[in-house]
Amino acid sequence: MPQWDLARSDCILVMGSNMAENHPIAFRFAVQAKQRGATIIHADPRFTRTSALADIYAPVRAGSDIAFLGGLIRHVLENDHWFRDYALPYTNLSAIIGPDYKGPEELAGYFSGWNEEGRRYSPESWQYDGVVVPSSLAEAYVEIEGFAEAMQRLHEAPVPQDPTLQHPRCVYQVMRRHYARYTPEMVERVTGCPRDVFLKVAEALVRNSGRERTGAICYAVGWNHHTKGAQVIRAGAILMALLGNVGRPGGGLLALRGHTSIQGSTDIATLYDLLPGYLPQPHAFRPHDTLERYLEVETNPTGWWNNFPDYYVSLLRAFYGARATPANGMGHDLLPRITGNHSQLPMTVAMDTGVIKGLFVMGQNPVVGGSNSRLVQRGLARLEWLVVRDVAETDTATFWRDGHLVRDGELRPEDIQTEVFLMPAALSGEKAGSFTNTHRLLQWHEKVVDAPGDSRSELWFTCHLGRRLQAMHADSAREEDAAIRALDWDYPVDAEGEPDAEAVLREINGYTWPERAPVSAFKDLKRDGSTASGCWIYAGVCPEPGRNRARERKADGPGGPGTHLSWGYAWPDNRRTLNNRASADPQGRPWSDRKRLVWWDEAAGRWVGTDAVDFVPTKRPDYEPDWSRRPAGMDALSGTQPFIMIPDGVAALFVPSGLKDGPLPEHYEPTETPVKNAFHPGLDGSPAAPRWVYDHNPIAPPGDPRFPHVLTTFRLTEHHSGGTPTRIVPTTAELQPEGFCEIPTELAAALGIHSTDWVVLSTPRGEIETRALVTERLRPFAVEGGRPVHQLALPWHYGWAGLATGDIANVLTAVVGDPNTGMHENKALACALRPGRLARRRG
Amino acid sequence: MDGGLVGPAPGGQEAELTAGTRIEPGRSYGFFTDTTLCIGCKACEVACKEWNNLPADNLGLTGHSYDNTGRLGAHTWRHVTFLETGTRATEMPPYQSNWLMMSDVCKHCDPAPCLEACPTGALFRTEFDTVVVQQDICNGCGYCVPACPFGVVELAPEDGKAHKCTLCYDRLKGGLEPACAKACPTDSIQFGVVEELVERAEARVGTLREQGQADAYLYGTPGAPGATGGLRRLNAFFLLTDRPERYNLPPAPSRPARNARPAFLSGLATMAGLALAAVAIGVGRR
Repeated sequence: MPQWDLARSDCILVMGSNMAENHPIAFRFAVQAKQRGATIIHADPRFTRTSALADIYAPVRAGSDIAFLGGLIRHVLENDHWFRDYALPYTNLSAIIGPDYKGPEELAGYFSGWNEEGRRYSPESWQYDGVVVPSSLAEAYVEIEGFAEAMQRLHEAPVPQDPTLQHPRCVYQVMRRHYARYTPEMVERVTGCPRDVFLKVAEALVRNSGRERTGAICYAVGWNHHTKGAQVIRAGAILMALLGNVGRPGGGLLALRGHTSIQGSTDIATLYDLLPGYLPQPHAFRPHDTLERYLEVETNPTGWWNNFPDYYVSLLRAFYGARATPANGMGHDLLPRITGNHSQLPMTVAMDTGVIKGLFVMGQNPVVGGSNSRLVQRGLARLEWLVVRDVAETDTATFWRDGHLVRDGELRPEDIQTEVFLMPAALSGEKAGSFTNTHRLLQWHEKVVDAPGDSRSELWFTCHLGRRLQAMHADSAREEDAAIRALDWDYPVDAEGEPDAEAVLREINGYTWPERAPVSAFKDLKRDGSTASGCWIYAGVCPEPGRNRARERKADGPGGPGTHLSWGYAWPDNRRTLNNRASADPQGRPWSDRKRLVWWDEAAGRWVGTDAVDFVPTKRPDYEPDWSRRPAGMDALSGTQPFIMIPDGVAALFVPSGLKDGPLPEHYEPTETPVKNAFHPGLDGSPAAPRWVYDHNPIAPPGDPRFPHVLTTFRLTEHHSGGTPTRIVPTTAELQPEGFCEIPTELAAALGIHSTDWVVLSTPRGEIETRALVTERLRPFAVEGGRPVHQLALPWHYGWAGLATGDIANVLTAVVGDPNTGMHENKALACALRPGRLARRRG
Repeated sequence: MDGGLVGPAPGGQEAELTAGTRIEPGRSYGFFTDTTLCIGCKACEVACKEWNNLPADNLGLTGHSYDNTGRLGAHTWRHVTFLETGTRATEMPPYQSNWLMMSDVCKHCDPAPCLEACPTGALFRTEFDTVVVQQDICNGCGYCVPACPFGVVELAPEDGKAHKCTLCYDRLKGGLEPACAKACPTDSIQFGVVEELVERAEARVGTLREQGQADAYLYGTPGAPGATGGLRRLNAFFLLTDRPERYNLPPAPSRPARNARPAFLSGLATMAGLALAAVAIGVGRR
């Protein structure tokens, strides 16, 4: 949902986010909603500047989000507060799950399909009764025997369902059994949130959902950075879908993303397993060997993703141009294969174990931002070369001189063989380009001034690096160099060698082949090689020569409608609210006058409204697939199935495929926790969560008495992530000039600690010293029958570089992650605290 | 091609777009700082220092909540005060509560004690009814410093001259909203014509009281706390929800010049008395 759409919300739950501090511009719309009478709720381990603006503050121990959200789901289901007219047709509540499924309430914390030896789940028993469903996110392929054939049954009939919800294996009944344990008492026991506060949150959400009203949840990395981060987000999504808020004005789930264009970087695929536009990177151990086989297993039979081959072949054409030929699978044969998890956590370990020899660091400061910073520094010290491109000499660029291992005498600079190249980078005002913000909105920005000295844009660097690599390998006969030689890498540059960023955007938009006339939308893309597109979801941003819709800046006036369709360009197809078919009832009428967005116009024979429609524009609300004709793609979705990217067209409350840790969110404790799992004696953490335990990454067992406190990390509004842009600038550095640890008053009193005193925090990975900030904004949590658990909190921006300095919080964190995303768990771990300082050899 | 960047209409000013107000000499301009909307982001502090090219003051952790710049001074013309009220509430009145934050600034008083104390005319009242130090005239005598009832003005160690907020005099001349107000993401700092701001602020107090924030009141509007002791009004005024002292504001500021006439008269009287006494003594001796 667009951030500005929050102003139309009647209730906003901010959870897993310190929105006012870290997304102040988006928070202005929450404040606008408040001014129109909305209820603002903040659920968080810390009372923050966001809590100060809230009506209800719900204290929740770090790492217990699913217990809280599961409690809300139970409250909604058991008290029949769910929005039946919405959730019955628009979610898979009525779908029937196969007979072999068993939930963690039956299997001591495990879902069915657990393989203890491989420490992973098989999703076979999570499927609908008799139908295998492909994943709708990135990779469709699921490791199930006969998968490709089995999923073809989706062409034959609707998925099995019981609209009366009486079938014991329908999702509604499965969920009721699953969440029955999440009582208000259990919520209080696990999260530490008093049950009356929890119930007030539940009542506010329920009160502000339905035909006339909508509620929203805003979350950020406070939900992501856990070993079960994807499932926390799922729990929020389930709640919003049950309450009927998704796809509606002022309703839904808003992911608040950190950097200005972190959304864009995911879209254009900085992640190892994605190609641009959320297409799966070919995998060496999957049936991806040929283009045909890859398309066969990765194409959803039903729903919008059925068009996947159009997008993939167009991408290959954009990559390889004339060198994409049927002989090399349109370039598919050239693409590098992944072999497993190559995300940042295992990559860090791979540096330390000598597998990775060289590293480019661009716009990142992994010594400060990466988990287990000592391990990161150890890895950097084993590289042959390291390229750091940034606007200042970062902590990462100086690890060999000022790093912890050097300071502690474990390594000497003269023994570190890593050759470090520090290359000056241009800031955003010093180059042209686009930002894609969290609501998928592309906004173009012009270059304002020349960058100083030799500073260059990332585009300049990458473009010329590619040119040099091509020149270097021009005569190479090696197979692994073929992909570089085949790359279509002919971008126009100006007199200074700066590539034309708009030419790149035009390639991303796509064009016909070989005429290179722009395509106007992704519906124009074809699988026969006659079109190219660098990222299918962006198709339409440059729909005709000379037009860049990301430049457009016409806001709607005060009279509305407030979707601002001529301000920038939102992918896909300028749709501002996804799944907005759900803003109308099954018959196609707005749920209420107050909450109109799009609706069916019988006279016009199409969907109309104030947003671009995220549905087939002419599909009637009463359309039903003709199953006798084996419908495919969108033809297999009815006129009442708004979630067009999902094979059965409805919100997946229960997820048959695509998740590695279970089809429903279940509470597990963080990997390191002073609190045992109240739901499952004997199973504390998420069993499927990957952990890389070795002597450089030791992990404390749950309940380890040496580490009695809960630690969370956080960001300050005054600093930006790894700190490089703000710690070097006096006017921001002085606002939060030094690292500190927030400590609740009770614990500080017990240990004799006062504000600005030095304290030492420790975990099995290391120790840091920092200043104390004693505050009543933190509180002890009464969990496990009254034993208080203290919550500590560290801002993680600091390092040794720049004006505002401090020990690196991530020295304490571990290389453990979420099985679905590879995301680290830095928002909840266990630590020890003592007053005093560290004895150090240097510095 | 179509679309185009939003800019002021021909002959228009940027302030009309960003603050909904036109800046014209002869009218009174000021700030309405509504603390209930403040999220303590300090964007105002940064925008002020960036626009006015002010140096950092201090690079030390104070331990006083999130306030590390301390107070208004020669280099800090916007300053956000933080006050943790020490209660662990879970249900709160609407808008800011429990952790008070207020972006403080020069009040551009009417009348202005600093201006009244200035012997050189360096401090003057502009055509926008704001109070500005002319740096080329200030001789650093420092009389304005104790004259200010709010502790706003300070002599800079670098040049020995008095410095304080100019209400972005240069920006106003160019039709631009002051930097702090423009940067404020939640419109806690609102810029405009003072009379219009007062009207808006009074309505806001009414709304807040209706919505359950019974403690809201204005500080610095005519007749309100803050506009006392000979100060008719503060052109930069505030909406508060706790006692002024909690925000480091004086509960009853007064204008030192108000004491000048009584002090002068009592001085005269003393002199006269002494003279009379001397004469009497003289007469007695004779």
